[in-house]
Amino acid sequence: MSSPVKPSAPPVKFWRDPAKRALLFQLVLLCAVAAFIAFIVNNTLNNLSTRGITTGFGFLDDPAGFAIAQSLIPYAETDTYGRTFVVGLLNTLLVSFLGIIGATLLGFVIGVARLSPNWLIARLASAYVELFRNIPLLLQMFFWYFAVLRTLPGPRDSLSLNDSVFLNVRGLYLPEPIPGSGFIWIWPALLLALVLAFWLVRFNHRRQDATGQRLPVWSISLGLVILLPGLTFLALGAPLEWNYPELRGFNFRGGMTIIPEFLALWLSLTVYTAAFIAEIVRSGIQAISHGQTEAAHALGIKDSLTLRLVIIPQALRVIIPPLTSQYLNLTKNSSLATAIGYPDLVSVFAGTTLNQTGQAIEVIAITMLVYLSISLAVSFFMNWFNSRMALVER
Amino acid sequence: MTGKGKAALLVAASLMAGTLQAATLDEVKQRGVLKCGVNSGLPGFSNPDDKGVWKGLDVDLCRGIAAAVFNDDGKVQYIPLNAKERLTALQSGEIDVLSRNTTWTSSRDTELGVNFAGINYYDGQGFLINKSLGVSSAKELDGAAICIQSGTTTELNVADYFRRNGIGYSAVVFDTSEQTVQGLEAGRCDVLTSDLSQLYALRIKLSKPDEAVALPEVISKEPLGPSVRQGDDQWFNIVKWTHFAMVNAEELGLTKDNVDGMKSSENPDVRRLLGLEADFGKGMGLDKDWAYRIIKLVGNYGEIFDANVGQDSPLKIERGLNALWTEGGLQYAPPVR
Repeated sequence: MSSPVKPSAPPVKFWRDPAKRALLFQLVLLCAVAAFIAFIVNNTLNNLSTRGITTGFGFLDDPAGFAIAQSLIPYAETDTYGRTFVVGLLNTLLVSFLGIIGATLLGFVIGVARLSPNWLIARLASAYVELFRNIPLLLQMFFWYFAVLRTLPGPRDSLSLNDSVFLNVRGLYLPEPIPGSGFIWIWPALLLALVLAFWLVRFNHRRQDATGQRLPVWSISLGLVILLPGLTFLALGAPLEWNYPELRGFNFRGGMTIIPEFLALWLSLTVYTAAFIAEIVRSGIQAISHGQTEAAHALGIKDSLTLRLVIIPQALRVIIPPLTSQYLNLTKNSSLATAIGYPDLVSVFAGTTLNQTGQAIEVIAITMLVYLSISLAVSFFMNWFNSRMALVER
Repeated sequence: MTGKGKAALLVAASLMAGTLQAATLDEVKQRGVLKCGVNSGLPGFSNPDDKGVWKGLDVDLCRGIAAAVFNDDGKVQYIPLNAKERLTALQSGEIDVLSRNTTWTSSRDTELGVNFAGINYYDGQGFLINKSLGVSSAKELDGAAICIQSGTTTELNVADYFRRNGIGYSAVVFDTSEQTVQGLEAGRCDVLTSDLSQLYALRIKLSKPDEAVALPEVISKEPLGPSVRQGDDQWFNIVKWTHFAMVNAEELGLTKDNVDGMKSSENPDVRRLLGLEADFGKGMGLDKDWAYRIIKLVGNYGEIFDANVGQDSPLKIERGLNALWTEGGLQYAPPVR
């Protein structure tokens, strides 16, 4: 005999149920935060309008009317404030990207050199790290800009190489390539070479797995990538002309110009961040048990291959997360550009545009959003890369 | 509302600084000091001397306001601002008055919540160049690299001028006027452009001032003057009339030294300005001897001009447009009556 109906527990009042109660509190908190934000926004708009300050994003369509020293896209004074934003953003991305590449290369070399058995090399590397990570970045920027680059000669006494490359206090002047007709075929040739090289690497892997033999795949690929487009170029009759810089009037005209503000910013970001990356690389390598090296040596693998095939791949797992932080730091630090007049986003948009339009809240909001997006994108990419490199358990 | 709720609202309100209709005069009196935004270093206009005391034409206007409000021209806190910061500092209430060679333009006056309270220096934009380049006119500057201070009307005028004349230039833009001078000296640019008054002031900062020369072209009008936030007419009037009192004083021949003796003057204009007949301070919430205090403690417009930028200063700038209207210049103040 069993009772047909289970004595159901008396219905719990919803405020006694921890799960529901938690939900309720979260809802209340959310409403409070939303109300707070609404209040701030409303109050701000009220205050702005009582003070006669124009608001809105309409200013982005107004003509800017000021010049910018370096832009990756065509820009003239008659273009809009919206375009100054793009110019500034691209300049920020350019210097951050090149800075990340430079700092990574230099940082890896210094980090590995610090562990070198050669006394002199190891000491030089530690001296580098201690020197550059302990001096504030702003001072380093001033050093490169005022102490180093400003000592270069004026345009009339430029240092020149072969009368086509010039270096003076106004920057570095290079010949600019002007592609002729038919030059466009170089790109398919390059693409083909890359595909072939990729296929070759995979083929080499399979062949090594099957037979144990290896091809000198790197030299073959390199040859492919250089030769194929190169031969196409010659076959087309070398359709490329150079626009050489020339001293006319006050300055050099023609060619490409790399402005000293860019050089100073790029150098200081690279040198400064490389010191931190070097330490990350060193700690990553030291995190790998020395037994790994000994085991590799016992198998008769030589030093350079041990480092490349055994140590670095394992060390990368330790290196990548803190490396991400350094990349983010470098990107954000590039905003110090304004101190030496490099036209980055902060200088052009959050500086000049803000000042000419007076739209402080809108401009700062946009700028913050941009830095947030860049940081999240870098972080997202590095996390993806990290999960690829993470130890795959077999 | 609970105490906590009130506190939260207060915090929220203070995030967007200030209350809606701020009575700046009361705030300043309560604080006991005037917050005056000035240039961070421009000889003749606002520059700390070797003892750290701020001196200059724009600084003297701040002292004039303090004299009118407190009867003490020392009750001023000077807040040095660069061109980019100045208007935001005024908008956000960080300063009570901006007295920092700022050009009066329509957009600043109508869109930024700012009121310009007169013109204490009529200026125009020019070019400073090394003599050795052998340039005699701005029209020959095709292709030159030009050092400019960012966030100024200068930056816009130079673009207009080169476009109008169909010539090119490359802009080298810095945050402060100090940096533009360094840029010129290091050869980063061929030319420095700025308001003429600034060019005179910056030239004496060069290591060899005689090698630099100003080109004859004046490419813009630059009416420079103090400004206040919109929405407080009383405070606007005080700043406006501080300048006018100085100009009127010069016209009436009142100086720092003779102002006490002139109290016995029979001239009704003098008697009204000095508050001996009727009370013209009460409309502004000031004592009736407000103008007397300004003249006694700071001086008349001609005096402060000569001492800071004119014949008695290293700059030796001619009065020119800044002479009184009675002398063929543009300085003209409405009468006190």
